[in-house]
Amino acid sequence: VAPQKGSDARLQLGEEVAPPTENGELVFEAPWEARVFALAHHLCDAGHYSWDDFRDALIAEIAQWDAAHPAGEGYVYYERFQAALEALLVKRGVVATGALEAETAKLAARPHGHDHP
Amino acid sequence: MSHDHDHDHETPSGPALRAEALEALLLEKGLLDPAEVDAVIANYGERVGPLNGARVVARAWTDEAYRQRLLADGTAAAAELGIVGGPGGQMERLVVVENGPAVHNVVVCTLCSCYPWALLGLPPRWYKDPAYRSRVVREPREVLREFGLEVPAEKALKVWDSSAEVRYLVLPERPEGTQGFSEEQLVALVPREAMISVAVIQAPAGKAA
Repeated sequence: VAPQKGSDARLQLGEEVAPPTENGELVFEAPWEARVFALAHHLCDAGHYSWDDFRDALIAEIAQWDAAHPAGEGYVYYERFQAALEALLVKRGVVATGALEAETAKLAARPHGHDHP
Repeated sequence: MSHDHDHDHETPSGPALRAEALEALLLEKGLLDPAEVDAVIANYGERVGPLNGARVVARAWTDEAYRQRLLADGTAAAAELGIVGGPGGQMERLVVVENGPAVHNVVVCTLCSCYPWALLGLPPRWYKDPAYRSRVVREPREVLREFGLEVPAEKALKVWDSSAEVRYLVLPERPEGTQGFSEEQLVALVPREAMISVAVIQAPAGKAA
């Protein structure tokens, strides 16, 4: 079985693993990734869903993304993770449909430097 | 509507803003304890790392009875060292597979990102990437070559795909030249990549003390 050598088949590892024994990388690449990860755990610990439920939601999000992006470019794991969490919370009725969009729009409209009432 | 055009800076990007919105909503509903959220971040972002996995490996290298227990029941053997998974700790069923002269093992989660967190911390980015997930099953030797690891053709190569129930840890081969090493010295030799098994442990440069 000859591996395809086209650009699609190349492993996009990037330089962060250049020394494969490097252990000191950042776990999260942006603060929001850490917040989303922690929210998912916290809500699981609090009994809103089981980790298996979350895993199923995550698998569904990732499968959908993979199918739409066969070359795998532009993948951000925590964006899938976030989408899975949002979908699960809506499905469980923890967050109402549309509430998140409304809250996001509200936050986006904040003026600089001070909180909007 | 107010002036809600994008600003060039200080406006969080899409996912950051959505994350903030979700947290605000949950806070409003009283479903969130911010201190506990911070504690989760501190735990997984800083405290839990591959050290636990290295402790398991070093014990197996130095204690034959422990090695056998580890290969028979990974979850129980890890618990002997005080390593247990909490909710989402992904330790309900740990299977440990052993590298040897005739076989090399490598671990993947093709569907998402399952990984023995309690032993190795959170997975590195490449482990979660589509390229690794899809390719390591199809062409493992080529993928390992790209990590700088040449697995001889006569050696069997087994790919273990994590599932909802099972997490895998690879017990690497103990490197040459470590006969006189203490368990503590051995722990320091075992990197995360050797336990996912995209790398092997080299003999230490200075040989045995």
